[in-house]
Amino acid sequence: MSTSSAEVFVSTPFAGKFVKSALFTLLLIPLAIPIYWFYTNALGANPIETINRWTGDWALRVLLLTLAVSPLRRLTGWNNFIQYRRMLGLFAFFYVCMHISSYIILDQFFDFGAIFDDVIKRPFITAGFTSFLMLIPLAVTSTKKMVERLQHRWIILHRLIYIIGMVVVLHFWWMVKIDTREPAIYAGILAVLLGYRLFYYIKRKI
Amino acid sequence: MLLKVSKSSDVKESQVTDESLYRDRRRFLQASASLTAMSLAPSLSMWPAIGSASIDFNKIGKSDFSIDEETTPYDAVTSYNNFYELGLDKGDPKRNAQHLKVKPWSVKVEGECEKPGEYNLEDFISPGKVEERIYRLRCVEAWSMVIPWVGVELGPILKRFQPTSKAKFVQFKTILDPDNLPGQKRPVLEWPYREGLRIDEAMHPLALLAVGLYGKEMPNQNGAPLRLVMPWKYGFKSIKSIVSIEFTEEQPATSWNITGPREYGFYSNVNPEVDHPRWSQKRERRIGEFLKRETLPFNGYADEVASMYAGMDLKKNF
Ligand code: HEM
Repeated sequence: MSTSSAEVFVSTPFAGKFVKSALFTLLLIPLAIPIYWFYTNALGANPIETINRWTGDWALRVLLLTLAVSPLRRLTGWNNFIQYRRMLGLFAFFYVCMHISSYIILDQFFDFGAIFDDVIKRPFITAGFTSFLMLIPLAVTSTKKMVERLQHRWIILHRLIYIIGMVVVLHFWWMVKIDTREPAIYAGILAVLLGYRLFYYIKRKI
Repeated sequence: MLLKVSKSSDVKESQVTDESLYRDRRRFLQASASLTAMSLAPSLSMWPAIGSASIDFNKIGKSDFSIDEETTPYDAVTSYNNFYELGLDKGDPKRNAQHLKVKPWSVKVEGECEKPGEYNLEDFISPGKVEERIYRLRCVEAWSMVIPWVGVELGPILKRFQPTSKAKFVQFKTILDPDNLPGQKRPVLEWPYREGLRIDEAMHPLALLAVGLYGKEMPNQNGAPLRLVMPWKYGFKSIKSIVSIEFTEEQPATSWNITGPREYGFYSNVNPEVDHPRWSQKRERRIGEFLKRETLPFNGYADEVASMYAGMDLKKNF
């Protein structure tokens, strides 16, 4: 791969750091917005629902962004994308934690009986919970040390994210009453991101 | 029938309504009285004189059926709506409210009755009978509100069309206007929206035909100009913007039941014991409150309505 100007740009330690901080700040905006709405009384008639949906949406969006890193890197040849992947993944996990906290604290207010019932009885919550459980080992093994220690097992473990993506889309799909347009869009994006990997994998095998 | 003695007299007007709302009272139906007098309606001798055919929102009676609970703010009642004809998001109906054309409005009455025909809206509203009723509203999505409706009791209105002995059910339909109503451009539900009641449910004194809320004309997003309010049933039974009433012998098809027969039954009485397949109905979030409340059987109207369902398996007839 020849060195493109973009690569040179992010390759300089200073620029790389700058881009990283900028990205970090950008990824905090979805957190800042509902806080702003809270103070301006703009969360709507059902603020808890607004927050729960907003954090769920952003958990999924950042997760899809994370999944877009590898395809983008292959398509553009811009290898430096990879240095932001860990941060994106951890932000996805962060928004998942916000989403689940909003469910446990705001929606159910620590009614663990009701939460348990939801997890075992409601397929969409079961799906959400399952994806959360699968995300934990990924977050725990995201440190440099863990990557080094696990080596190629790390790669295999982190393929879980493909399944998590699918289960989360299912979580969204099963939740909606009638209008499946939104989960269908996310399913489409996920299909492209995973389909690209499959395509690449098959091409390499041949 | 045993009716609960209401404590509505304890409720002060100011508790119920923001003052500004009452100051802003508007007359309902400014359509000229002379025009409406020459209505399409068949002339009915037993029909009470309609007079100016407009509702005087300064003369709304009180009802013993009103409950003594804090009402949900007007803003929330009119900005958080499920009215798919105006869009699927709960904020859409308010945003798209202007697409619902409510003037002129007529209602077709047909089926098993002696006085079928095309009636004007005014024919439904007997002067002097318009009252305010503060009811709980429980949505199937597990949230609830308390709304001061303005309307007339449904039963006496239906009786004026003289249902025959074959009239076992009543079917209602919402306006069908895909050219104007953005939600009807896509087949999310089978349009027009349909709802139905057993005749005894329709004749129950709690069944209300509402024309307004908070002492004012009904906002479009809440189902102007004429909607049903069935306080002991999930909200989707309280069909909005009614253009057709049909007396039938057979149980009529209803929109949500067509869409999801396992999830939405014909009766759809509020019942904490029967969960929606995808979520619990045990508790509800009253809009404006933080902690969820326990959902009450028949939405707290069990004393009034439970006897209508005596002997029925409510788990099967959900
Ligand atoms: C223990 C795990 C989880 C629980 C209990 C949970 C709970 C919920 C609930 C109750 C809703 C519905 C909100 C409503 O009806 O208003 C919801 C929606 C959603 N959740 Fe989760 N969730 C979990 C995990 C996840 C995860 C891991 C993700 C994504 C990475 C996610 C993404 C979403 C999305 C995208 C929605 C739809 C939001 C919308 O309607 O716009 N959830 N979740």
